[in-house]
Amino acid sequence: MGKMMKGITLGLLNVVFIWIALFLLNAEAYLVFVLLLLGALLTNFIFITPKGYPYRYLLPASFFMILLVVYPIIYTVYISVTNYGTGNILNKEQVIAQFEERYTLEPSAEQYAFQVYRDPQASLWFLFTDAQGAQLLGRDGEITRLEAGDPILMQLAAFHELSRVELVQATNELSAQSFAYDDTRELRMRNINSFSVYLQQYSYNVESDQLIDLQTGTVYTPINGYFQAPDGTRLSPGFRAVIGFDNFRRLFGNPQITGPFVSVFVWTIQWALLSVATTFVVGLFLAILLNDPHLRLRKMYRSLLILPYAIPAFISALIWRGLFNTELGVINQILQATIGSSVPWLQDPFWAKVALIILNLWLGFPYMMIICLGALQSIGAEMYEAALVDGATSWQQFRHITLPLLMVSVGPLLVSSFSFNFNNFSVIYLLTRGRPPIVGAQTPAGHTDILISYTYRLAFESGRGIDYGLASAVTLVIFLITGAITFINFRFTGALEDVSKNV
Amino acid sequence: MYRKHTFFRGLWRHAVLWVFLIFALFPILWVISASFNPANTLVGQSIIPRNASLVNYKEVFVSEQYPIALWIKNSIVIGLTTSALVVVMTSLAAYAFSRFRFKGRRQGLFAALLVQVFPQMLAAVSIYLLVLSIGKLIPSLGINTHAGLILVYLGGAMGVNAWLMKGYFDTIPTSLEESAMIDGASPFQAYYMIILPLARPILAVIFLLQFIGTYSEFIFASVLISSSEKYTLAVGLQLFIQDQYASRWGVFAAASVLGALPIVILFMFLQKYLVSGLTSGAVKG
Repeated sequence: MGKMMKGITLGLLNVVFIWIALFLLNAEAYLVFVLLLLGALLTNFIFITPKGYPYRYLLPASFFMILLVVYPIIYTVYISVTNYGTGNILNKEQVIAQFEERYTLEPSAEQYAFQVYRDPQASLWFLFTDAQGAQLLGRDGEITRLEAGDPILMQLAAFHELSRVELVQATNELSAQSFAYDDTRELRMRNINSFSVYLQQYSYNVESDQLIDLQTGTVYTPINGYFQAPDGTRLSPGFRAVIGFDNFRRLFGNPQITGPFVSVFVWTIQWALLSVATTFVVGLFLAILLNDPHLRLRKMYRSLLILPYAIPAFISALIWRGLFNTELGVINQILQATIGSSVPWLQDPFWAKVALIILNLWLGFPYMMIICLGALQSIGAEMYEAALVDGATSWQQFRHITLPLLMVSVGPLLVSSFSFNFNNFSVIYLLTRGRPPIVGAQTPAGHTDILISYTYRLAFESGRGIDYGLASAVTLVIFLITGAITFINFRFTGALEDVSKNV
Repeated sequence: MYRKHTFFRGLWRHAVLWVFLIFALFPILWVISASFNPANTLVGQSIIPRNASLVNYKEVFVSEQYPIALWIKNSIVIGLTTSALVVVMTSLAAYAFSRFRFKGRRQGLFAALLVQVFPQMLAAVSIYLLVLSIGKLIPSLGINTHAGLILVYLGGAMGVNAWLMKGYFDTIPTSLEESAMIDGASPFQAYYMIILPLARPILAVIFLLQFIGTYSEFIFASVLISSSEKYTLAVGLQLFIQDQYASRWGVFAAASVLGALPIVILFMFLQKYLVSGLTSGAVKG
């Protein structure tokens, strides 16, 4: 039974491996193919030797962890040292192919009138006539000169000649046609009335790895992802290339990028700190009130106060966006009715930040309340009895007994909560989208953007073009900070020691 | 610390609690009220709707341009599939970590811990490009497919889940498995027939935490999914209401109520378990 299961599992896995391998070979993705091969060998090894037995259980989870967590991190590091982004999307081969496909109109280009015929097989025949009346036949990308009275003309006459209307309808098909005139020149459609001779503009030299402008003789050398002339002119588009630490230099050295980045950075820290502080203070306060066994309706208060936490955060954020609506939102209506003025919640940088903190307080205080209630219940009553005997006031009891003991269990969770809010993308994005924008920023940065939403906008929705390279550089900065916070937290809680003990 | 209350002392406490109760519940009540308000706009809404009706709810189900009910279904299907797969994979890994001694076990546990340090969404750019190239090889796992999105979510199968589950498995005595193995059971049979049934509570907790997390996930769903009929609720609802509060508030409110309901019910039902999971470090998405 066990043997059969093992055989079937391994067989199925190998079928999947072979299936993917065929795809990869077909797509000429040889590097990935080699990696797959190694993975397949390892899998077979794990399944065949008895020593590999425990690893079978780890295989699925580890596979996805490596593919979707570990590999993306490594790839992020790689992209951060490249110029990947708008203007540098394609790889070098694709860009060269594009340049070699570029043609310019010959300066003194003659115009050829043309007629198009469709044969019974629906393929097209072109008949060109120059100003002197000499005729050329265009067919399958080749042209042939025709003598007067060439028999082919008789043949053409038997085909269907496209009318003016049909020509206009077939414009796309026609403008895609090109006929080799000689080695570097082509006959292409110029307008609806004529074809002309076009010159190939660039030729790529494989040995010297240079692009040569055939008209001017300028030589372009690939530098940092662009073909560049000796005078520094760059050809567009550029290609994907490793450019070293340029993204980091821009991040820390270009005032129009550094300024907004620093302001985003500072707000990220403020945001995470304020979020933890406000939710914790309110949560602890409510927990202390609710922990009182004499309080009537405790259970009701508790279950109702938890409700905001039970609603998916993305829905809550969108709801609050409606409540904060400056013209029509209920919050401003109430303010109008009571104090007679309204607040530009989402338009003003300061008030947008206040709105975010209020929303996050609403979202987060129940969590703090729950964990504080749990922690309070674990503090023994003897402590307080002893304190009462010594004549301590309530505040002294709180300050010297409750808070220190509470911090032991809740402290690490506050640190986790800090790093969670540090990367709390959805709340920021769904309430303010990072707006209002910072004026004069070269990158899409807003006053309420935190690092993660700033990265997202750099990568996915900048109107001025996407910039994967810079986005990945910012991501690495976030990695470093999040990593440092978590490391401190691990030291604090002894999680690393737990790992050692568990072995 | 707590003394018996005098009347006024008690009153003061209740007053403070009511202030927070209003803060906590007002947005919820306001939205529920809006969902029954046929006017479908922020303008002139009151907490008890005039001419209450179900037209907004009807719109959620019949609108062809904005198939909100379909988005809720998509979110639920993606959430259930992801959670089921994660529970299977995590329990396998946790079983190995808990019951076997092998080379690399310590490093494996350590890696599972480290993975949490780097939230997956930070590598959104890389993952987007990865799914893009996977899609070129296997189109059904590429951009704008639910399978591709689920694939990305499966990256989280290791990590805090594996730790929580391993901790629970460690508390199950090995004697049961040992006697089963004397009777000729394989380790896999012991896992399947003894550990899994005994570990049902933790399996349920991981399943639910994962479900709630996946249901609410926004960043990957918005980056990877681009066609309306495939949106999850998180993406669709955002696009639906974006800057249209004046004209779509009622339908949005109905969609919010319907969309939040499955999670709120799950949450209330399993509060006890979830709270214990939360205090051990899991943070809701």
